[in-house]
Amino acid sequence: MQLQAIIEALSLSACEEPVENSEVRGGYCSDLLSDVMGKAAPRSIWVTNQAHPNVIAVASLIDAAAVIIAGGIQLEAGTMQKAREMAIPVFATDMPAFEVVGRLYELGVRGTVRGV
Amino acid sequence: MTARGTGALMSVTYEIVAGDFVRAGEAASKLKRVLQQLGLDPTIIRRAAIATYEAEMNIVIHSYGGHISVDITCDSIEILCEDSGPGIPDIEKALQEGYSTASEDVREMGFGAGMGLPNIRRSADDFSIESRIGQGTRLQVRILHRAGE
Ligand SMILES: Nc1ncnc2c1ncn2[C@@H]1O[C@H](COP(=O)(O)OP(=O)(O)OP(=O)(O)O)[C@@H](O)[C@H]1O
Ligand SMILES: [Mg+2]
Repeated sequence: MQLQAIIEALSLSACEEPVENSEVRGGYCSDLLSDVMGKAAPRSIWVTNQAHPNVIAVASLIDAAAVIIAGGIQLEAGTMQKAREMAIPVFATDMPAFEVVGRLYELGVRGTVRGV
Repeated sequence: MTARGTGALMSVTYEIVAGDFVRAGEAASKLKRVLQQLGLDPTIIRRAAIATYEAEMNIVIHSYGGHISVDITCDSIEILCEDSGPGIPDIEKALQEGYSTASEDVREMGFGAGMGLPNIRRSADDFSIESRIGQGTRLQVRILHRAGE
């Protein structure tokens, strides 16, 4: 599914603009960085409550399609800067993580796990 | 980053600064780019990126600083991570999933799941870890590949 369709359905406002025609192949939800690192499949949309810059490094390394920072958590300035540098689409939303994941599931996004 | 002239196709070294959470992850990101430029298989690149990231974070979080040197040869990626620091008293225990001595502060950032070393081991074709208490830790990872495949 296209990232653009998700952005519209969830009324997400971009902290960092997504690249066009970005494809989302699944989703992953976790706040433990090593868990995401080891298990999230490429092109996943990652839902988390973590908002510090290292989130962007992880997202880039696992080829995440986008990061949604849920729960109304304020992004650190360094996070936005890093997202721009690494061209990772990042969205912050007031919706709690449960709600975000539920809506993504409704849209047809499924959890994906990929072993190392 | 410095490039060395060895028998390897390419060699790079990254200095890792303890406690620098903003730059943390840069070594893994830079290595990933190098491997992409060499045209390696995405699965191999992913494994090297995961191993390097986890080793890098362990140096940032658990040591006083160190470096990661990577030799890329025609059939392998050799990742050597050396730090000075407290070392690991019980390596068997440290390798268990879920074991972590991370502080409350770093746990709040999402580190300290105790999955870093298990991720490294799973990413590696060969893996060895040596540690001296009060001196530091040396981690070696080998990932086999076939260049340009
Ligand atoms: N370079 C190191 N120097 C000293 N101790 C280390 C080093 N690397 C790992 N350790 C020890 O081994 C433990 C397990 O490491 P591991 O990477 O598996 O988990 P973690 O770093 O605690 O959490 P996570 O990697 O999931 O964020 C650490 O908590 C720490 O006690
Ligand atoms: Mg670790």
